[in-house]
Amino acid sequence: MTAALVLIAVLTLATAAVALALRNLIHSALLLIASWFGLAAFYLWAGAEFVAFAQVLVYVGAVSMVVLFAVLLTRRSRADPVVSPDSLSRAVSAVLTGVAVFGVLAAAILGTRLSPSTVAAPTATVRTIGTQLMGTHAAALLIVGMLLTVALLGAVVLAAQDPAETNQDAP
Amino acid sequence: MTSADAFLERLPLVARDLVTSWLPEPWRWLVNSLISIAVILSVFGLLFAYVTLAERKILGRIQNRPGPNRTPIPFINLRFFGLAQPFADGIKALTKEDLVPRGADHRLHFLAPVVLLAFSILTFAVLPYGRHLVPVELNAGVLYFFAAGAATELAVFMAGWASRNKYSLLAAMRALAQLISYELPLLLAWVPVVLVAGSLSTTEIVAAQAGWKFNLIPHWHVFTPWGAAGFLIFMVAALAESNRSPFDLPEAESELIAGHLTEYSGFKYALFFMAEYFGMIALSGMAITLFLGGWHAPSPYLEFIPSYVWFGAKLVVLLLGFIWIRATFPRLRMDQLTRFAWKFLVPLALINLANAAFWSLSFPWAGPLQLLRWLISALVVVGPFVLLGRKLSVGVAPRVYRYAT
Repeated sequence: MTAALVLIAVLTLATAAVALALRNLIHSALLLIASWFGLAAFYLWAGAEFVAFAQVLVYVGAVSMVVLFAVLLTRRSRADPVVSPDSLSRAVSAVLTGVAVFGVLAAAILGTRLSPSTVAAPTATVRTIGTQLMGTHAAALLIVGMLLTVALLGAVVLAAQDPAETNQDAP
Repeated sequence: MTSADAFLERLPLVARDLVTSWLPEPWRWLVNSLISIAVILSVFGLLFAYVTLAERKILGRIQNRPGPNRTPIPFINLRFFGLAQPFADGIKALTKEDLVPRGADHRLHFLAPVVLLAFSILTFAVLPYGRHLVPVELNAGVLYFFAAGAATELAVFMAGWASRNKYSLLAAMRALAQLISYELPLLLAWVPVVLVAGSLSTTEIVAAQAGWKFNLIPHWHVFTPWGAAGFLIFMVAALAESNRSPFDLPEAESELIAGHLTEYSGFKYALFFMAEYFGMIALSGMAITLFLGGWHAPSPYLEFIPSYVWFGAKLVVLLLGFIWIRATFPRLRMDQLTRFAWKFLVPLALINLANAAFWSLSFPWAGPLQLLRWLISALVVVGPFVLLGRKLSVGVAPRVYRYAT
């Protein structure tokens, strides 16, 4: 069981790392999707069937499409999706953002008191998951929904900023 | 003797046990799974071969020509309406040269058909083919099915992008837009079934559709107002998800010279073809499981026919429907395609979800209240359909021909 976990972890992290290192955006996106598959495999390993399939359905089925669509629509030349590294300040700000997100996540993980693993795995049916999501965690669900909507609108605003440039690409 | 343990019903299990019973216990489950895999691959492989033949023959008849009818069976030289045609096609695909464009992304170009076929075969694992015939029983079986199906879109994109051909890339973009649009109604169409059956397991969803009202009308979901609406939405979205006519814009032979398949030849092309038909067969199987009562017989007097025969019969009927639709409808335009999904199918599917919630809340209603329940539910289906349809077709339909009389 541990060997499987190690294998899944290595594959997930390796695909994510290579995705970061590659300069070809399409290859990066596809490797990122492979990394999401790794996460789903981890959920399966942990016995969370529902979450694993939901992960594949949402990330591999929908989010990947949005990512690829964004890459294809925002490249100036459609045939050449290779990007060169941008200015130094941008790289620094990107690293800073990444470190900040990592810090928040790490603090949240370390701050959570994990119950000992001797507790039997709960057998959650779809009905219980549904009532939990719609009852106890309704506020969190709504906040996440709001956040995603705001992010989507922000992405539209960012992508539609330069009308002169997009006109060149139009037929 | 009940129908559950009739000899014909248990025949597949008996045959399997004949093979595996002499094996030691730890090996038995492994060989059992290998046998299920081999049976699924061979049965659906053959079904694929003959669906392609049936499609070509039926399209031919509808267009007033005979279709392929000249391929003889080897050695005996009998034609039998061209029944050997799929095998001739297979040999042709295997022996053709495998062309890869110089500018193509070689690894992705190779991976795309492999990924597509692998994921479309994975979907067959959770379908209940008969009373005792479920290859893998999962608590979240329906979710697994659609999760495995979701990855096929990725493969179409990989093929289109890796070919480095403008037609292929255009097709990939079209495929992405189409698949994002129709994923939503497809998923929303089966949520009511999960809501009413109270489970994501395919076996339990089939079990929820057992029995007959007055020994006449089966308790299939398609015979309820929300079920009928859900079934129709599901089938339309399934047509689009499997890139079939009238939603075959990603391929569109006449404008994109077969789209993402342009730069594929030989066996890779055949793999794409196979995966597409596998996807269609699997989605039909899922529609049967969710709405058409799975392997249940339509009448208690027909239960002596084994359950897997019923599943097969329903599957063949749905596949013939797919072929019929392909022969009948012209291809949609891109804007019509997306407008139809977002402005028509998605709202209807959402309303249908509320309808199913009402149906499951009004479950205890009895006597004349039952009629009221049916009436309300049917109104919730028909009302929005008519209103939305009228509102959307303002200025678009009916078409006025100004110059032709």
